[in-house]
Amino acid sequence: MSLRPLTSPWFHAPAGHEKIWLGCAILWCFVMSLMMPYWHFRGKQNSTGEAYTVKPADFLARTEKFVAANRVGTYQNQTGNALMGALPLVEPPAGGDAYLIGRMWQWYPALRLRQGETYRLHLSSLDLQHGFSLQPLNMNFHVLPGYDHVLTLTPTSKGEFTIVCNEFCGVGHHAMSGKIFVE
Amino acid sequence: MTTASHSLAAPGTPGRICGTTGLGVCLDAQRFIKLNAVCGIVFLLLGGIAALLLALTRWQTVHLLPVDWFYRILTFHGINMLILWILFFEVAILYFACTTPLNTRLFSRKVAWASFLMMITGAVMVDYIILAGQADVMMTSYLPLLAHPAFYLGIILVAVGTLTGVFNFFATLYVAKRDGAYEGSMPIVTYGALAAAIIAVVTLLHGAVVMIPTFTYSMGWTPQPDPAWYRLIWWGLGHQSQQVNVCAMVAVWYLLTHITVGARPINEAVCRTAFVLYVLFINLASAHHLLVDPGVGATWKIWNTSYAMYLAVLASMIHGFTVPAGIEVAMREKGYTNGIFGWVAALPWKNPAFSGTALSLVIFGFLGGITGVTLGTQQINIIAHNTLRIPGHFHVTVVGGTTLAFMALAYYVIPLIFQRDFIGRGWARVQPWIFGLGITLLAFGMSFAGSMGVPRRTWDIDTQGVFGPAAHLWLGVLGLGGILAFTGLLIFALLCVGTLFFGKKIEGRAMADWGTPPALAGSQPGSLAHEHYATKGTMVLTLIFLACFAVYYFANWKALADVWPVR
Amino acid sequence: MAPEWCSRFLKFPMNNEPKIHPWQKVLDNPWLLLVLGVLIPVLSYTVWGWIELLLTKPALLP
Repeated sequence: MSLRPLTSPWFHAPAGHEKIWLGCAILWCFVMSLMMPYWHFRGKQNSTGEAYTVKPADFLARTEKFVAANRVGTYQNQTGNALMGALPLVEPPAGGDAYLIGRMWQWYPALRLRQGETYRLHLSSLDLQHGFSLQPLNMNFHVLPGYDHVLTLTPTSKGEFTIVCNEFCGVGHHAMSGKIFVE
Repeated sequence: MTTASHSLAAPGTPGRICGTTGLGVCLDAQRFIKLNAVCGIVFLLLGGIAALLLALTRWQTVHLLPVDWFYRILTFHGINMLILWILFFEVAILYFACTTPLNTRLFSRKVAWASFLMMITGAVMVDYIILAGQADVMMTSYLPLLAHPAFYLGIILVAVGTLTGVFNFFATLYVAKRDGAYEGSMPIVTYGALAAAIIAVVTLLHGAVVMIPTFTYSMGWTPQPDPAWYRLIWWGLGHQSQQVNVCAMVAVWYLLTHITVGARPINEAVCRTAFVLYVLFINLASAHHLLVDPGVGATWKIWNTSYAMYLAVLASMIHGFTVPAGIEVAMREKGYTNGIFGWVAALPWKNPAFSGTALSLVIFGFLGGITGVTLGTQQINIIAHNTLRIPGHFHVTVVGGTTLAFMALAYYVIPLIFQRDFIGRGWARVQPWIFGLGITLLAFGMSFAGSMGVPRRTWDIDTQGVFGPAAHLWLGVLGLGGILAFTGLLIFALLCVGTLFFGKKIEGRAMADWGTPPALAGSQPGSLAHEHYATKGTMVLTLIFLACFAVYYFANWKALADVWPVR
Repeated sequence: MAPEWCSRFLKFPMNNEPKIHPWQKVLDNPWLLLVLGVLIPVLSYTVWGWIELLLTKPALLP
């Protein structure tokens, strides 16, 4: 009885339909339990959380050094987004490190990558938490001030990709934009 | 055996006998159930008005609120719905579950007042400071975003107040057992409430650990806590409070299916073990908020987001079987034995407590559970984190699941505890359907827009220039669903408030029945107690559920495999 | 008659009370559940996660 205390012993083992369902459910849970470790070792998309602590000022300095050493041009934003007018266009060395800052309200700098090459993309914030969201691929990672979040990334498709921000970071949040070009 | 001084049957105990059920009601518990339930519904209405404004803003065509008010109202909506409405109503449920089913009185009136006053003071502080524009930080208030100290202090007060109410619950259980107010094992409804209360302890401890240093930082007394640490501990408060909701919702399912259809747990050991799995493992999955975060590693992410190899998900799947199975057995025993699904047609669909429960079960199970486990898969989260898929998921669990179940409960709480029959009974019968349909549409709009990359917590998507007509279409669906859901919510709030003022008083008679299926001629209650293969209909439904789960789950792995390799 | 505490060590109950399954005894103990329900999540999610964050190394930034 659901609303009154049970005065006689009530334990009995599952039987019949409930036992069948328990078996099916346990089997399904087992399958799901295997999927994540399987993908961790054999799948290509993972989020290992590789990260290092960093001071925002140091990360900014390192990014500026990266921009100065690898700049190939300027990206002029055509959409009239006042918060992301012009960004330096930077191409990291193939297989090398790229640095990307999220700050109110842009992703700095714009990047040019080569299809099929693997890069170590370092993400950090100078101010608040931000959400790195690469569209239209819809790849999403979290970016924190004080942490260098490293993604080992291999662009496998060419084109122009926009980085939007999907963690609230103030009134300019909806306009916070960045670019990655893959050739 | 000591004197049963806390029993409702003891002389001098403030109590009454319910005219409908014959069960004892502790008058102290009754007072605090009333206070907490009324406050809960007030915050539900405030949060609901906010919801309408938000839905009409994310629907780009309407785009109602300006940018600063959007974020302000979004913060207000999150706090009022996920914290205030839910916690106040849950405290009411706890006070009921530890008294009437055990035939005992509430441990302490003073403790109940302390709890209530802290909660309401904190709630008013938080709501005031948000509307004053001093806390545009979202419910999560992620550092380094900083709100006015009153925001944090208000939340701390609500948390401490709730913990005090939870203490009252545990103390009542302890004294009732000690004093022999009841014999044997507590009933399943109380057991579910116990599970909810234990999880609430974990939740509120995390709340204290995260909010106190953040408050002292906001006052300028201590340095800023680390943002990654803040996220870890905050979600120990934030998600775990939703797991309290899951337990409370399931306890309500057992309660309402019992009241409306006469269902009972088909196997007490299985149902209770499922609650124990919740208690032990459901809190681990707060990790699913940190799956694409820096700092915490893959092993921690995978183990915790899996609820310990999905043991807590198993628990949900168990309840997903046992609740409908209990209904089916009760109906078959009443004589509704036509075919596999004959009993379904004979269910009291016009009883708003039943329809609310059934809708809650289906929406939570099929939509909420499946999307939740999938989005909470470590790698799949890469294509979902912070998109509108996340609110799409939690609106079907917390709103379509828990809130709808609590609304269903109100259709009995108000007549039985407030002792007034509902006005507008025709409206009451359709309200769960309107609300359930609205939330489902809203969630579909959110989920499909989110799978196209539309971000959550964002005022506008046109500035970026990357979201096309399909995304806008789904945001329109979100808008329409929001309007319909708000309509359902408003009807509910008006019915409750109207009933409290104008409903016919129930004194010394039974409440007006919402409708329960009559026992057919020749039926035998309890006849299927030892028949273990009676639940054919439930078996079919749960296997369909499992098939949907598998399809959705693997479809998402496929979608993940299409994006760039990343580690 | 042996004292009541003996019944714990004997296979059959001392009196006419029906035997309670050991798992029912576990399920019937709210305080055990409270302790485990706090310990397990706090250790697995909170403490382990906190340690992971504390062990984060500083960036090299060459």
